[in-house]
Amino acid sequence: MAEDQVTLKIEGVDVTVPRGTTVLEAAKRAGILIPHYCYHPGLPVSGVCRMCLVTVEGAPGLQIACATDATDGQVVSVFDSAASDARQAVLEFLLINHPLDCPICDQAGECELQDYVFQEGRARTRYSDYPKRFSPVEDFGGDVLYVPNRCILCTRCIRFMDHVAEESVLNVSERGDRAFIGIHPDAVLDHPWAGNVIDLCPVGSLISKDFLHKAYAWQLDRTPGICTGCSQGCNITIETRDNSIARLRPRTNEDVNRYFMCDHGRFEYRWMNSGDRIEAPLVAGANGLVATDWSQAIARCAEIVKGVSGKAVALVSPRASCESLYLVHQLLKDFELLSACPVEVVEGEQPLPGVPNLALRSERAPNVEGAARLGHGAEYDKALEAVKDAALVFVLDDGYSQFGDDALSGSENLIYLGTSLPDAARNSSVVFPMSNAAEEDGTYVNRDGRVQRYMQAKTAPGMARPAWWITGALLSEIRGTDAPATAGEVFDRMAASESAFAGLSYETLGTQGAFANKASGAGVGCDS
Amino acid sequence: MGYPHEPHSKETVVLSRYFGDKSARSYDGWVERGGYKALKKTLDMDPAAVIDVVKESGLRGRGGAGFPTGVKWSFMPKEKNKPHYLCCNADESEPGTFKDREIMRWTPHAMIEGCAIAQHAIQAEVTYIYIRGEFTEELAIVEQALREAYSDGVLGDDAMGSGKKLDMYIHRGAGAYICGEETALMNSIEGKRGNPRIKPPFPAAFGVFGMPTTINNVETLAVVPHIINEGAEWHNSMCLSNPKSVGTKLFSVCGHVVKPGNYEVTMGFSLGELINDLAGGMREGRTLKACIPGGSSVPILNKEETENCILDYEGCIEQGTMLGSGGVIVFDDSADMVYQIMLLARFYAHESCAQCTQCREGTAWTTRILERMLAGKGKTEDLDLLLDLADQMTGKTICVLSDSCAAPVVSGIKKFRDEFEAYINGSREPVLVHG
Repeated sequence: MAEDQVTLKIEGVDVTVPRGTTVLEAAKRAGILIPHYCYHPGLPVSGVCRMCLVTVEGAPGLQIACATDATDGQVVSVFDSAASDARQAVLEFLLINHPLDCPICDQAGECELQDYVFQEGRARTRYSDYPKRFSPVEDFGGDVLYVPNRCILCTRCIRFMDHVAEESVLNVSERGDRAFIGIHPDAVLDHPWAGNVIDLCPVGSLISKDFLHKAYAWQLDRTPGICTGCSQGCNITIETRDNSIARLRPRTNEDVNRYFMCDHGRFEYRWMNSGDRIEAPLVAGANGLVATDWSQAIARCAEIVKGVSGKAVALVSPRASCESLYLVHQLLKDFELLSACPVEVVEGEQPLPGVPNLALRSERAPNVEGAARLGHGAEYDKALEAVKDAALVFVLDDGYSQFGDDALSGSENLIYLGTSLPDAARNSSVVFPMSNAAEEDGTYVNRDGRVQRYMQAKTAPGMARPAWWITGALLSEIRGTDAPATAGEVFDRMAASESAFAGLSYETLGTQGAFANKASGAGVGCDS
Repeated sequence: MGYPHEPHSKETVVLSRYFGDKSARSYDGWVERGGYKALKKTLDMDPAAVIDVVKESGLRGRGGAGFPTGVKWSFMPKEKNKPHYLCCNADESEPGTFKDREIMRWTPHAMIEGCAIAQHAIQAEVTYIYIRGEFTEELAIVEQALREAYSDGVLGDDAMGSGKKLDMYIHRGAGAYICGEETALMNSIEGKRGNPRIKPPFPAAFGVFGMPTTINNVETLAVVPHIINEGAEWHNSMCLSNPKSVGTKLFSVCGHVVKPGNYEVTMGFSLGELINDLAGGMREGRTLKACIPGGSSVPILNKEETENCILDYEGCIEQGTMLGSGGVIVFDDSADMVYQIMLLARFYAHESCAQCTQCREGTAWTTRILERMLAGKGKTEDLDLLLDLADQMTGKTICVLSDSCAAPVVSGIKKFRDEFEAYINGSREPVLVHG
């Protein structure tokens, strides 16, 4: 171990890191954030902003922490007067041409220039009354607007396009303080992963058209989630304002999506904000569906399920959580069950070349693998066909499926769990209002078999409840078992009974996910 | 101006012997004058032995940094498992410097021979000669010389019958000053924007196209054939002062002197003599005020320092400046130092590659302060501000362009403070309208 590890002292803190680690990364491990702009762990080092200057004992002059290797016995100081003065000077230099338009800037509150100036900048400028450089806003195409006045030329966006997206359309144009980010005259920034330049921009220079003036950073609540756009399972942060999702951003997971998410996924939040929702349980009466309360609806549904036997069909959504998919199976296990989920397949993956095994996948749903592992097949057309002969039809849908008007007709006993009520479901016996993926806790299994948790980012409308709660309550009513109180409880029951989830617990999945115990999970499509 | 001139008796002509002699330009003319003997000799030598000779000669880089040339060559990997490259830095852009231009103009084969010897020493397949874009005449001359070198068998697959392969390509710069910085030059050769790279990795490990590369200045390479012919001892013994600085050096003298031009003197020569004797001294009725001895990037000397300055690497440092590229810019008492320094700052602000924050913003801000001062709107605190900015622009960036902008500002304020104050307190009429 000792050979490939080095121990150094940063601001008096001893830290041991693998050889080859930079001082900047070593400092992070020691709990010290060395201010920086151009450095980003997902991009090649450029060393241009000169913000991460630190004092390294024995080295001539200040060194940039992002490009200095940690060595054994090194003594680094970050906040001594030489390094602090140098960073203060960089901040002053950056601000001479940077407009003080924070009040109307989308980046305000999460701006690294704002943060570091507040932390260690000068209180007043010495740039007196010279005019600041001015250049008009430019539309780079895709979702990206470029505000050159705010640009600090860190070149993160250029390096992302050059080395990660591998579509070199951005550059530094001009020289000196006239320099700006240029775009190839015949190109637009419409690469399927181009939106990441907005997240990478440490200031408000590259901004999202979709998010423009929607919210200030401090008005947003942030919740860890999993992208529902495809089977890759990118880790995301769901940012909500007043119970409405304002944007999705990538959440770091080195093993899945590193620091990135694609533009398709980035806009996969609009359906979650849809206002067209069922808000109360409905039961069939003489004059059609009538709103009722949960206990009556559950009791009515349990009565139906107990009253029939033979063939049952379950039509489930690949956006549904593992927990609800598991409980649907439990609920219908005494039937001769045909269960399937529809999966939208768009030919042609959209990879991010700079990150291995990362792409917008053809299967445009987050839990295709989870559904398969829990016994929900892919023969959706066959399942639809079987609806008319089934004794019981159970639908679990969050708007993903597109039912033709008479797709569910002919089913005597139709139980419908959904977010909205399509015409096809109007002949249901019982309708349960369920929450969507942003409104509940749960887990998805990505295409590689990684089980990942997502958390509730906003409240469900009206009386809507998570599908696992609804199915759990039905099970309890029918079999007298305990109704689960949390998604975690369902998960742990599932892990105990389903080999595909053996060895996992909801607690230890954490925010980065885990693979099922391979030995005990053999034969159920675990990753190989 | 100043060329061709009869060598002054105090000059030591080695490189400049054939300056002005058109017939030395051609292959035949060069061979008649003893050309390519050194290369022929070198090609029979072990590369390591060539490096040893250059090490022993005491030759140091003439581009500005003064790094020992043989030592630099020895940094190249001995195990050759990748292509090696030599870059000849002919992007002479330092204001006040025009020596490499004369070498290329009159003795292009001296440069080619030097390149070929170095190429053999470092085991490089290819030399890239990076010629400054504005050097159109020199480009044509070097291109012609290169054609001759190929057609006469000096270069190519069987260089001088040695069986060794030596190739040279000319890469023409597009006019950016910063492309003379070695790593920017390499980026430029690769077709990228001419931005300096962070070091390490150093060129000997990761140079042009990511391969081991050595880069030398034209003057450095041009003197190598002489060292091979005359021996290391011959070169090492040419010294008037400090034994660490040996050989001859071309000085480009410009500004307020009677006879501006290139003068070749032995290391350790007196700057005062160079200006007053060789370059003809000040114009009628004028007296020396200041001098920048090593190209625009080095600190300015006042009259006394100029007269006391010994022209070698150590002598210049003793006076608080640097030998640099040997571009001697002379100012007489008519010079407005504030204006001159503003012009320098403006140059650096224009040429900053825009990578490092201190340089991109600092050079421009410095220029603005000086421009405003010259427009009569300076403030008392501006001088301290200029010095503070200069401090933050020194030693904190990837390359030394920003240091180069700071050097004349700091030395100028230190030595000619009264001139700055005269603009600030209004005792001097503004010379700029806008600022």
